[in-house]
Amino acid sequence: MAERKKEMNEVERLIGQILRIGVIVSAIVIVIGLAALFIEGGSGYPGDTVPLGFRAMFAGVMQFKPFAIIMLGLFLLILTPVLRVVVSIYAFAVERDTLYVAITTIVLIILVIAMVIGYAGK
Amino acid sequence: MVVQQVIELAAVGLLAGIFGAILGIGGGMIITPVLTIMMGIDIKYAIGASIIAVIATSSGATIAYIKDDLLNLRVAMFLEIATTIGAITGALLTGVIPHALLYVFFGLLLIYSSTNMIRKLRGTADERYQPVQPDKWSERLNLNGSYRDIIEHKNVDYEVKNVPGGFAMMYGAGVASGLLGIGSGAFKVIAMDTIMKMPLKPSSATSNLMMGVTAAASATVYFFNGSIQPQIAAPLAIGILVGATIGTRIMQHLRPRVIRMIFIPILIYMGLQMALKGFGVTI
Repeated sequence: MAERKKEMNEVERLIGQILRIGVIVSAIVIVIGLAALFIEGGSGYPGDTVPLGFRAMFAGVMQFKPFAIIMLGLFLLILTPVLRVVVSIYAFAVERDTLYVAITTIVLIILVIAMVIGYAGK
Repeated sequence: MVVQQVIELAAVGLLAGIFGAILGIGGGMIITPVLTIMMGIDIKYAIGASIIAVIATSSGATIAYIKDDLLNLRVAMFLEIATTIGAITGALLTGVIPHALLYVFFGLLLIYSSTNMIRKLRGTADERYQPVQPDKWSERLNLNGSYRDIIEHKNVDYEVKNVPGGFAMMYGAGVASGLLGIGSGAFKVIAMDTIMKMPLKPSSATSNLMMGVTAAASATVYFFNGSIQPQIAAPLAIGILVGATIGTRIMQHLRPRVIRMIFIPILIYMGLQMALKGFGVTI
C-alpha cells in the first residue's frame, strides 16, 4: 500500500513537470505575441484575418507576425492536456501498472478519434 | 487594437481562473455571457475563447493540485473513458436530438443536483470525511486515494462507491460537452462528490484535471475553423493561468462547507440559464 502510494507520487510528479513546462512555454509564446501586437500596433494580417492551419501559422511565426505567434501559443496550450495523457501512459508503464496503461491508452485512442470526427464534421 | 479590452479580458480571466480552480469548473457557461452581453463580443468568438478558457483553467490548476497531491489520477483516467466516449456520442448525435430538449434536461439536472448539495450543507455540522464502503469496482480499479487536508493538518484516506453510477454521469457530461460545447466541469464534480462520495476537495481538483482532456478534442475543431480570435483568447488565457494559480492556493484553505456555499448558487444559475435557453430565453 505504502509502496503503491510512493509509486503514484512519482507518476504524478512527472506529469506535473510536463504540464508545467507545457503551460509555461505556451504562456511565454502568448505573451510575446501580445507584446508584439502592442509594439507593432497591428496583427500582421489585413483586417480580422487569422492564420488558420499549420502552414499559415508557421509561415506567420517565421515572419514574426503577432497573430501567428499568439495562435501558436494557444495551440501549445490546447496540446498540454493531450500531452498529459501521453505522458501518463509512459508513467504507468514505468510503474508496471498494466491495467492503467490499458485504461489510459484507451482514453488517448478515443481522444484522437474524437478529434478526427471533429475535423470531419466541420 | 484596444488596450482597454485586453485589460478587461485579462481581468475577467483572472476571476474566472480563481473560481474555476476552486470549484473544479471551466467557467465556459459564465465566461460566454460575460463576453457576449457585457463586452459585446460575437457569440462565435466567445465560445471559441471559452473553450480556451476551460483548458487554461484545467492546466493552470492541475499543476498546483498535482504538486499538493490533491487529485486522484486513477479516478480521472478511468472516468475519462466515459467523458471521451460521451463526447464522441454527442458529436455524432448532433442534429438527431433537438438541442432545446437537451438544454432543458441538463439544466434541470443541475438544479436537481443543487438541491442535493443544499441537503448536504444542512445535513451535518460535522464536515469531516465520513468513510464509505467501497464497491467492488473501486477495489478492482484501485480508486481509493488520500489527500492532505491543510485545515485539519492531517492526511485523509478515502474510498469511493457507486462507480457505475459515477461512470454513467460522466458519460452524460461527455455527451453534454460534445453536443452543446460546454466543459461540463459542474457535472464532473457532481459525479464524484454526490454520486461516488469522494470528498469535495479531491473531487474539485480531479474535475479540473479531467475537463482539460474533454475540452482538448473540441478545442482543436474550434482552433481550425476560425472561432478563435487571438486578441480575445490570448489575454483571457493569460489572466486565467494567473487566476487558476491563485485559486488553487485559496481552495486549500477553504472549508468544504464554504466551497459548497459558493458552488450552489452557481449551479442554480447555470441550471436556470440552460433550462431557459431550451425555451429560447437567454439570461
